[in-house]
Amino acid sequence: MNIQTLNEIKARVQARKSGLKHQVCVCAGAGCISSGALSVLEAAKKQVKDLGMDKEIEIIPVGCMGACNQGPLVKVDPTDTVYQKVGPERVPMLVERHLQNGSLVDDMLLFSEPGKPAPSKKAGELAFNAKQQKSVLSGCGTINPEDIEEYIAAEGYFALHKCLTQMSPEEVIGEVKHSNIRGRGGAGFPTGIKWEMVYKYVSNEKYVICNGDEGDPGAFMDRSVLEGDPHRILEGMAIAGYAVGASRGFIYVRAEYPLAIKRLEIAIKQARKAGLLGAKIFDTEFSFDIEIRIGAGAFVCGEETALIASVEGKRGTPRPRPPYPAQSGVYGKPTLLNNVETFANVPLILLKGGEWFSSIGTPKSTGTKVFALAGKIANTGLIEVPLGITLREIIFEIGGGIPGGKAFKAVQTGGPSGGCIPAQCLDTKVDYESLAAVGSIMGSGGMIVMDETSCMVSIARYFMEFCVDESCGKCIPCRVGTKQMHNLLSKICEGKGTLQDLALLEELAPYVKENSLCALGGSAPNPLLTTLRYFRDEYIAHIVEKRCPAGECKIAKPAASLGAH
Amino acid sequence: MPVTLNRASQIKEIPATDPRLAKVNLAIKQYQRRQDALIQILHTAQDLYGYLPLNIIQHVARELKIPPSRVYGVVTFYHFFSLKPKGEHMVVVCTGTACHVKGAGKLLDEIAKGFNIKVGQTTPDGKIGLEQARCIGACGLAPAVIIDNEVLAKVDSAKIVDMIKTKVGAA
Repeated sequence: MNIQTLNEIKARVQARKSGLKHQVCVCAGAGCISSGALSVLEAAKKQVKDLGMDKEIEIIPVGCMGACNQGPLVKVDPTDTVYQKVGPERVPMLVERHLQNGSLVDDMLLFSEPGKPAPSKKAGELAFNAKQQKSVLSGCGTINPEDIEEYIAAEGYFALHKCLTQMSPEEVIGEVKHSNIRGRGGAGFPTGIKWEMVYKYVSNEKYVICNGDEGDPGAFMDRSVLEGDPHRILEGMAIAGYAVGASRGFIYVRAEYPLAIKRLEIAIKQARKAGLLGAKIFDTEFSFDIEIRIGAGAFVCGEETALIASVEGKRGTPRPRPPYPAQSGVYGKPTLLNNVETFANVPLILLKGGEWFSSIGTPKSTGTKVFALAGKIANTGLIEVPLGITLREIIFEIGGGIPGGKAFKAVQTGGPSGGCIPAQCLDTKVDYESLAAVGSIMGSGGMIVMDETSCMVSIARYFMEFCVDESCGKCIPCRVGTKQMHNLLSKICEGKGTLQDLALLEELAPYVKENSLCALGGSAPNPLLTTLRYFRDEYIAHIVEKRCPAGECKIAKPAASLGAH
Repeated sequence: MPVTLNRASQIKEIPATDPRLAKVNLAIKQYQRRQDALIQILHTAQDLYGYLPLNIIQHVARELKIPPSRVYGVVTFYHFFSLKPKGEHMVVVCTGTACHVKGAGKLLDEIAKGFNIKVGQTTPDGKIGLEQARCIGACGLAPAVIIDNEVLAKVDSAKIVDMIKTKVGAA
């Protein structure tokens, strides 16, 4: 592989696409597949072939387009038309009216309601898309994830070529530092500094690991990127390998994501065949190969030292740091560990420059971030926004607000390590510092919206139950502390709690937070602490009045109030 | 999960001539007996048997030269691995946050009532097993249920029992 071949592939694919009358993208993300997208794809392909139009109309599967609850989604270009809820039975009508006769099918457009037209005929003009800025997701929903040539046609692997042939490892690290990108896994550690640390350690072997153990319940960003644009991750990892001096990489993916694993396997095979992974990439001295490691269902493996233990085939328990993985990681060798989305940003930073990247977002939180919107919100799905946008814009403009005329109560960010942010903080900017100031964290990007019918005590108990289950048991504050907090929360939910229990919770929470070995225990009390901070009245109602204001908890009326004298 | 360590009966259950054993051995070979590939090899074994029989655990331990206790430790650490045979049809209810907020608990209650099983159990005839998942990443489709690897979206708790009956009957 060399630059001529890359350019040739790019030109060939672009020429083929520009000769098409229509390109039809059928969303083959996990969400749309479970709504029947694959049979839509087959039906459409067959019909177009039967009509003899398969030379001028190309039908491809693509990654997640975002609006998951309207699936299966089908996008027709060049008109930028997205159709929603396209079942196989509606394919013939769609093919006939749009592809053959060129007229839009108004009542199937994205976000149209029965009897009412869609807010806009062009998908890009919809409120859902208007405030989004897609860079990590630029290939998700536009290219076929199982075809390396489509990725190359979208400037794929050009950044890797530029690094290997025109830049020194120091320059690559310098560019990443200049971009000011911070780890997208949640903690927000500056990526460039991490790369520099690994680069500086001298060792005969170093490793690069991509953390795809997306364990936060309610988060599916990494899954969508892995499924929709797997080559972007491979390229990002290879660039990182070059920068820090590693020749081997691992992608750690959850076993719950079989489609992501399948697409990664295909992508790795294609990249090896094209000479973009393996020995002497682009005829340089740099060799790099990637192996997939499938997780086995342990939330704690998202923690870096636990993940490393799991990559080594051991129980995924964390260990004290230092030494940090940058010094001693897999097999005791210096290891660079970044999140999927961080790696996905790398090719863009190297191609467009750190300056470009740092011009997006806020000075301290640069770039864009992918979020997964879910819960009691009109438009659930996957979005990408510049950092510094407000929660209100995300929830009410992109997300379309709360359905069913209900009132917004809270948004949960950061999963079991994050917190619940109430209505009075809706104008909080989404950046690392502002979210921390209101008691939550950026986290990996899950945003779960709750309305007036969600009980905050019950949510705190839900996350605590999760932490009890997922605590690895190595350190006592986490193993015993989470269990005790869960017991107390259960008591309150059942209407058996006392004010002493509340005091005990408030004493225990900071103790667990400060004394746990890893971030699982260290952040386990966060959902409890934020709900106590903003929704204390709900706790008091459960304890003193023996009622659940949201009507979610089943509290038995105390026997005394039955008046059975 | 306590299991009776009745080794003799376990070994009898899966004879060495079982064709699946050859596939486990192939995986061991492909990973060049590397100890760090333990979890990947256990995945292969569980795919083949549906669970991890004790003698297979011992076999893998021997081949990779890892103490069986350590392999057992790994198997019991990760939620994905099971020491018990699963139901013929598996019903997995997602209990991720989005599904929780949208009524996953109600789904579990209905299934428990309809089939008289709890999470982690299988019906007496071995037909239906019930499990919960921490999050399958289909949050846009909450609440989600997986029946035999097929994801069902926005499941109505009033209909779930009938849906399972139809699926299992049809399969």
